[in-house]
Amino acid sequence: MSVTVDVAVVGAGPAGLAAAVAAAEAGARVAVVDAGNQPGGQFWRHAPETVRPEPDGHGHHGWSTYLDLRARFDAAQRAGRITYLPGLQVWMAEPGFTLHTTAAVAPAGAVPVAVTADRLVLCPGGYDRQLPVPGWDLPGVMAAGGIQAFIKANGALPGKRFIIAGTGPFLLPVAAGIAEAGGEVLAVLESSSPSAWLPHLRAASGVPGKALEGAEYAAVFARHRIPYRTRSIVTEVLGSGRAEGVRTARVDADGRARPGTGRVYADVDVVGFGWGFTPQLELPVSLGVDTRLDADGSLVGVVDERQQSSVPGVYLAGEVTGVGGAALAVLEGLAAGAAAARPDSGVPVKQPAAIVRHRRFAQAMHQAHPVPAAWQDWLTPDTTVCRCEEVTAGDITEAREELGARDVRSLKSFTRAGMGWCQGRVCGFAAACLGAGPGEAPDAGSLAASAKRPLAAPVGIGELAALD
Amino acid sequence: MNPQPVTITFDGRPLTATAGQSVGAALASQGITAWRSTRKGGKPRGLFCGIGVCFDCLVTVDGETNQRACLVEVCEGMEVEGS
Amino acid sequence: MNFGNGPRGSDVLVIGAGVVGAATAYFAAQQGLSVTVLDKGLPASGTSSACEGNILVSDKELGPELELTRYSLDVWHNDLAEHKKLWEFESKGGIIVASRESSLASLNRVMAVQKGFGVDVEELDQAALREAEPHISREALGGASYREDCQVQPMLVAAHLVRLATEAGARFIAGTPVTGFMRDGAGRDGGRVTGVRTPRGDFPAGAVVNCTGTWAGELAAMAGVEVPVLPRRGFVMVTEPLPPMVHHKVYAAEYIDNVGSSDAGLQASPVVEGTPSGTILIGSTRERVGFDRTVSTAALGLLARNATALFPFLERVKAIRHYHGFRPYCPDHLPVIGHDDRAPGLWHAAGHEGAGIGLSAGTGKLLAQALAGLTPDMDLTPFAPARFGEASPQTASREEATA
Repeated sequence: MSVTVDVAVVGAGPAGLAAAVAAAEAGARVAVVDAGNQPGGQFWRHAPETVRPEPDGHGHHGWSTYLDLRARFDAAQRAGRITYLPGLQVWMAEPGFTLHTTAAVAPAGAVPVAVTADRLVLCPGGYDRQLPVPGWDLPGVMAAGGIQAFIKANGALPGKRFIIAGTGPFLLPVAAGIAEAGGEVLAVLESSSPSAWLPHLRAASGVPGKALEGAEYAAVFARHRIPYRTRSIVTEVLGSGRAEGVRTARVDADGRARPGTGRVYADVDVVGFGWGFTPQLELPVSLGVDTRLDADGSLVGVVDERQQSSVPGVYLAGEVTGVGGAALAVLEGLAAGAAAARPDSGVPVKQPAAIVRHRRFAQAMHQAHPVPAAWQDWLTPDTTVCRCEEVTAGDITEAREELGARDVRSLKSFTRAGMGWCQGRVCGFAAACLGAGPGEAPDAGSLAASAKRPLAAPVGIGELAALD
Repeated sequence: MNPQPVTITFDGRPLTATAGQSVGAALASQGITAWRSTRKGGKPRGLFCGIGVCFDCLVTVDGETNQRACLVEVCEGMEVEGS
Repeated sequence: MNFGNGPRGSDVLVIGAGVVGAATAYFAAQQGLSVTVLDKGLPASGTSSACEGNILVSDKELGPELELTRYSLDVWHNDLAEHKKLWEFESKGGIIVASRESSLASLNRVMAVQKGFGVDVEELDQAALREAEPHISREALGGASYREDCQVQPMLVAAHLVRLATEAGARFIAGTPVTGFMRDGAGRDGGRVTGVRTPRGDFPAGAVVNCTGTWAGELAAMAGVEVPVLPRRGFVMVTEPLPPMVHHKVYAAEYIDNVGSSDAGLQASPVVEGTPSGTILIGSTRERVGFDRTVSTAALGLLARNATALFPFLERVKAIRHYHGFRPYCPDHLPVIGHDDRAPGLWHAAGHEGAGIGLSAGTGKLLAQALAGLTPDMDLTPFAPARFGEASPQTASREEATA
């Protein structure tokens, strides 16, 4: 099956929904391809509407924004302006543009559709960035965002007693969500220090909504007596066959564990880790979009004030332009959708002030919550780095020292790190750091090698055989 | 409206889940945290990223191998197997 | 690993740390020569990292190519025996499958001739073929088994040979592109090549060896000589990891025709093989499209159709990745190995097309013998660079002016 439209949007999270609505309302014929079965993405993920037709938005932020966008999305769909293609993943974006898709699940998955469009708005979002630590490959260890998604989609918890660790403001809603759903959060461990905030207060004051959110979380933390421990990390996940506890430590400013600060939390079901987010960059990269290193060390796509990338006709919105949260993603999506609908309006566009403010706030967040410089010190030689191919930190160090593998590309070749099912999505950042060496941050080239995935999703060979 | 209970099987054993749940959630709700062994080390794996990115939670669903348990929705009579 | 900086002279300067350069450096160091290896990137950054790691006897043209293959095989098994594990050397064996009566007949003819040249090949009837490859298509009529065919992980070969060479005294310098040649100015063509120029300074050398694969022609042109190495693109698809399903390197009888073809259009014959990591490699296409890196859905479709025809179970298997590389080939499908009499002091080892991994060991050893002033174990005349004609003085003088 195939569809031809003016604008194809990839993703139906905050950025994708906004882009689709804006493009459709500006008069474009729009197709929206999304892996999910219903709009919302990760941020507004909710129980299947087939089962709970009237989601109440409990535990969500910006739900009224979602309801507004959703109503406009549904209206545009009814009016035939939006062709909505859920349950599909894009495995390849061809220049020109054609999106090749495959069902996200099988059996009984969606029927693949090839989407041809004059312009693309790519809003693929991101996922939790991970730093390996001994024991993180035990069952019961999850991405912090995975725990949140579990709660939002299932209205249930993946365990009873939780430890949440990593860095960044996102740890707060995850812990709050667990507590509100009836789980016990033994502690939230934040590697950076609260004083890291001070230099950035001015940027934060530009986005008053964020302060409000912070106050909400503080209330939830107080109500549920959730300990929030700064300058603290999990040094090891304990357990045999599954996570049963964690060993923690206080750290110095570089993230080095301070001697004598070790502590054990026993009787833990689930350990959630999040070290910021990694934008899903494979589609923009495969189309040749220019990239840059953002303040959080992530590789992101470069866009102009109309959200257009270096490739004419390819617009980017949301986390792929720099991790900044849902409110910013919506603003970018609206701008990208409108621009993609009317690419030749010729009117110079001033970037909306709100985008500038939110972006400044996001940069401040990134600077206050860096990946600890000394994180590689937490590893032991037998710590798994690549979960798919079971490549250890020792394997990677050896390839770097003996064979000169200093970038992700060589590490892949020599150790198979990043060559498995997930194609380096989970270990890519960590492997790039390890290739650069202890205490080093990876360069853009190494991260770009990690983001290069000629197949953006696994695709059946039977499906490929049907290609001309 | 409360979601309907549905019965699935996991490695042949019947298991009660809730309509709309993911396979991963149905298993985890029953205290099953791992359903796959790694190829090299034979280590147990279950849910990790929870959003379809990591492919750690792979299961066989109605004979279809390597499906992401975090994405597949349960339905009545579904046969799930670990790998 | 020694990432030493700064210019220093050496007996032999190898340009390019792909498998061919790495093997040349390794064997030259074994000969007691002082060796410097330069690469514009890291080891195995070119075609060596984008191929299947074949060491094949089955697909070789009779004559010098087959002779070099057999010599190389001997080097892999003997000179390099102790290092086999480092690069996952696997004696998996190759099987050529015929699915039509006509291709079975030609396969039988090829086998008879190969046997006459000492190739270890055994005819497989339908039952024997099924036993060797239980998941092969029911359409397959029979085949030929080549026990000598093997496989290595080519990136590990290059990286470890470079490491072993440095342990034997060689020096490796990464991230160093060659921008020109040093010449002694004698004679009409600029004289003898006496080293190379790089952004890190000059590297004088008694002999400069061009092991730059698909870029060998460009580099040769800098010295004013023509070495017509051209890129021939190939796509390979990689499946999800599976339990062992394909036990040999399995390819269709048409593969042999394609390898020797000079057709520019898209061609593909199924080459399907399992790997130690559980993935199955599905190769491979052959296209003359220059260095075009655009992914072609036509190529992917063709690969998928051919592979499922050979192994129907692949229909339900997922591809998780694909890659492409550029095979360095010469118009006569023979590599260029040896001293370039048109530019004294310059040597070449390039243009091995799809066989560079397999032929690298032999190429390196033979070249090292010649570099050391010994008579190589095998006559290198058929691979002589000068077979492509005289030097072009115009190019030479232009390069000198800019050097």
